[in-house]
Amino acid sequence: MTNTLHRFGSRDSLRDDYIIFAMAARGINDQGAPPKLQTFLRLALKHHPINVGNAVKGGIFRASKALTPLAHWRRREFIAPEEVVESIDTCTTVSAVFDDPANLEAFLTELRGADLGISINIAALTDEARTCCQRAGITRHSVEYSLGFHGDLNRLPDRHVLELSTMCGHGMVAHNLAKKMLDWVKEGRRDPRQAATYLAKFCTCGIYNTTRAIRVLEEARVGK
Amino acid sequence: MHIDPRKCVACGNCLAVCPVSAIYIDPVIRRATVNLDECVECYACQNRMSKEDLNPTLVRTIRGFFKLLRIRFDPEPDVCPTSAFAPQQLAWPRSIRQAFSDPCVPHESTGVYGRGTEEVKTNDVTNRVGPGEVGFTVEFGRPAVGARFREVQAVTMALARIGATFEKNNPVTALMPDPTTGAINPEVLDEKVLSAIVEVKTPEAMLPAVLRTVEEVAATLNTVVSVGVAVRCDGDGENRVEKALAGEGYPVFRGKTNLGLGRLSNLDAQATTAGAAGPAGR
Repeated sequence: MTNTLHRFGSRDSLRDDYIIFAMAARGINDQGAPPKLQTFLRLALKHHPINVGNAVKGGIFRASKALTPLAHWRRREFIAPEEVVESIDTCTTVSAVFDDPANLEAFLTELRGADLGISINIAALTDEARTCCQRAGITRHSVEYSLGFHGDLNRLPDRHVLELSTMCGHGMVAHNLAKKMLDWVKEGRRDPRQAATYLAKFCTCGIYNTTRAIRVLEEARVGK
Repeated sequence: MHIDPRKCVACGNCLAVCPVSAIYIDPVIRRATVNLDECVECYACQNRMSKEDLNPTLVRTIRGFFKLLRIRFDPEPDVCPTSAFAPQQLAWPRSIRQAFSDPCVPHESTGVYGRGTEEVKTNDVTNRVGPGEVGFTVEFGRPAVGARFREVQAVTMALARIGATFEKNNPVTALMPDPTTGAINPEVLDEKVLSAIVEVKTPEAMLPAVLRTVEEVAATLNTVVSVGVAVRCDGDGENRVEKALAGEGYPVFRGKTNLGLGRLSNLDAQATTAGAAGPAGR
């Protein structure tokens, strides 16, 4: 989940963005990991995450593989979170996205008590993550800081596009699609929630923060 | 990736979803076409777009009729109406594109999905970055620009020259016949991928030298590079590197925090690495 590390945005833009994920290390604690990963997600679901995902099988927002013209008006935009939990059958990475630190904190407290024995990471504002940990009685072990983008920055699009597209660090949310959704929202062809849902479907791991995406789209619509 | 011209109706939906803009409408055949030199085989189009299986002739006729009347219709932007994608069999070295671009495919060298490396995410049990050390993740092509291994090699050779140690369990290191030189297998140098993560580890004192080297070489490349710096915290959850980075003007307000809740549990791992990692080593 290096894909959670380099989300573009100012401190303020990232204020409602907390991804917590669990994974086992190959050859160290991966034996019997799938049930622990399922427990992680089931505990997370008690605390109102806005997205959950299995990095191998996908998140709650998924593409439909057998649409018909009649289905367009009743498309299933997302699957039940329990389906994501049930899909864990191998040693994968699972994640939950929160838009409220209080919910993350409550989850952390419960997670600590569950003592799953697999690695847990939070990708978020580092001081906010630290505060959540401290309140849950956890001392952080390691930190990886995002130092941003370097190289030929002329190849990057504008800030609203980057804020939307970098929420999938695997690059599955194309800059052009983010730009298209921004334009469609400005033109009134789709509302921010619909646009955020389209974008979230391209994020394979289920780490796309639709709350933040809706906010970014709303701000961009009025030229903020 | 190929697009079947018999099925494609040139709706243009797939153009926007391609992370590297490799899909275009060919003005001669009037069908969506993939620039195979730029395509990184990420399968975002094939795997992430929703699909219908409409009759192509019917759809072309309807589209043509609407066009004639200057009517703009509003199709769902994430749908391929005729399921026109046709994945090709990928042979070496092109197969490496998918391995480094499609997060649903595990890397052969490490067995890890996504970008193929656990980096600091499992540091609580692997001890990959220990006290007094700094781990660097230098990700080429991110965000969603793509990079060729020739560009990756420019940086890896520079890092090797200053004495950085490449992480063994990493897919890019696996492409180096001799990691002490940073040179990458020449067969793959022209292959383009969506992302390639180089991981090196150095003593803390080398932090400025590594960052300077990466920035200087990256400035000469035709791509972008995302840089991460990983450190181990002390018993109070503190580290000196954060302050040092902030002092150098780097943004350190966002990152990834390993909570240290993992522990060894595989029986064979306990037998071979008892005491080497985990919270006891903090």
